Amino acid sequence: MSDFSDAFHTALGLIVTLNHDLVEILLLSLRVSLTAVAIASVLGFVIGGALAVYRFPGRGVVSAVLSALMGLPPVVAGLFVYLLLSNAGPLGVLQLLYTPTAMIIAQVVLVTPIIGALTRQACEDLLEEYDEQLRSLGASPTAIVVTLLWDGRYRLITAVLAGFGRAIAEVGAVMIVGGNIDHVTRTMTTAIALETSKGNIALALALGIILLTIAFAVNGALISVQRLAKRLAYA
Amino acid sequence: MVGSCSKLKEVHLTASLNRLRFLGLVFLCLLATTCLLATSHLALAADDDFILVQSTTSTQNSGLFDYILPKFTEKTGIEVRVVAVGTGQALKNARNGDGDVVLVHSKGDEEKFVAEGWGVKRYDVMYNDFVIVGPASDPAGIRGLTDASRALERIAEAKALFASRGDGSGTHKAERRLWKRVATDPTRASGEWYLETGSGMGATLNTAVGKQAYSLADRGTWLSFANKGDFEVLVEGDRQLFNQYGVILVNPATHPRVKADKGKVFIDWLTGAEGQEAIGGFKIDGQQLFVPNARNLD
Repeated sequence: MSDFSDAFHTALGLIVTLNHDLVEILLLSLRVSLTAVAIASVLGFVIGGALAVYRFPGRGVVSAVLSALMGLPPVVAGLFVYLLLSNAGPLGVLQLLYTPTAMIIAQVVLVTPIIGALTRQACEDLLEEYDEQLRSLGASPTAIVVTLLWDGRYRLITAVLAGFGRAIAEVGAVMIVGGNIDHVTRTMTTAIALETSKGNIALALALGIILLTIAFAVNGALISVQRLAKRLAYA
Repeated sequence: MVGSCSKLKEVHLTASLNRLRFLGLVFLCLLATTCLLATSHLALAADDDFILVQSTTSTQNSGLFDYILPKFTEKTGIEVRVVAVGTGQALKNARNGDGDVVLVHSKGDEEKFVAEGWGVKRYDVMYNDFVIVGPASDPAGIRGLTDASRALERIAEAKALFASRGDGSGTHKAERRLWKRVATDPTRASGEWYLETGSGMGATLNTAVGKQAYSLADRGTWLSFANKGDFEVLVEGDRQLFNQYGVILVNPATHPRVKADKGKVFIDWLTGAEGQEAIGGFKIDGQQLFVPNARNLD
């Protein structure tokens, strides 16, 4: 059990000394996951909002597929993007494999269904409330989507947080398309996997503690924004 | 009533205009992020003074690359990016053209890789050896045996737990060869006493230590492994446990994007006097992990 206390000591030591490698890895993790979540949010809001409002054949199937994709295993998303970006694949010409951009793409694939499905649910709930009113105003479907997204903005923050949680925690996809290359594509999660396989359990656990702390801070920041905005809106 | 309704409509219109503006702003922000991302990628791509080496977990986990690569980069200015996977996957990735150089340890597969036109030429680089590790209590009584295959046979007879890589890696293939020599097929007992982890060397050792199972490991990973518990090297020194590493340039005739010139500089360095000296100088606790044995020493 000494690994636990060792882990806390190591984590503290790494943070206090602002270990250079750690900062680099941490910044890359945040850069990749935050960018992926930002892109996935735009895609997810549009897809989710449209699915809630527009009526078209096959809509139910699309919604079901989107929800099912929330459970897409990261390794599968990684393999899919690897095959696309490989030199033997259709997008090999872009030379993106084993770069942070490849990791962002893989995480967008992973996170968009989560944000999309949660957005669709939030918008559908709101639509039930507003349907009559919006229809009486003769609003166009696009205007309805915009209205629903705006009125559901606090719930959408939760969707974004769910997506961020997935992105920052996953290791399977970034390992395959990033390659865990030191100083290039090594993130917190791939570093944790590497240290575990070296048998440095305490160090791996220490990195885990730091990752959790960062995730906690990001969540806290977004929830504070949410609270503040609500207070201002109803003041 | 009519008046209040049109009033409501007006309020709503202004509000939706605001919303549109807001969403437009969000969209612009994201567009800006994407552009930033694209340019940062371009900046990265322009700096292409690097080569990509597909290699194995055993070399990375041992810390060899961290020791020798900075010396190479300092001399030549070429950065080396290492993707560490099993030998099987490394060769597969290289077949897809995703790498300039492969540095792996399964001679038969490497020669096949070259014969099929995926690689230019194979060079010996260095060797170390495999060891059979296990709990100090040694339930199958293999300690001190000089025949590694005999040791595995005893493990099978005792139905003692054995953790195998099970991932088509160089180490896994070496283990399969050992079983073959005593005509034993352990996979029949897969999930009983024969545990195929399907993971890297370190992960497999973690499993072995956790389950008190025997395992075959390369000495480099074993020496640098930090979670040994009460495990010890029980069998070593058999000629069958020899572990040769080879390096191959991925064939630029098959994959035109291969950085053949820089890759060749790396291979020449690795198999030349300086690289060989660097490999020989890598030690953990005073123990040398790899023995350089390239033949074009000059």
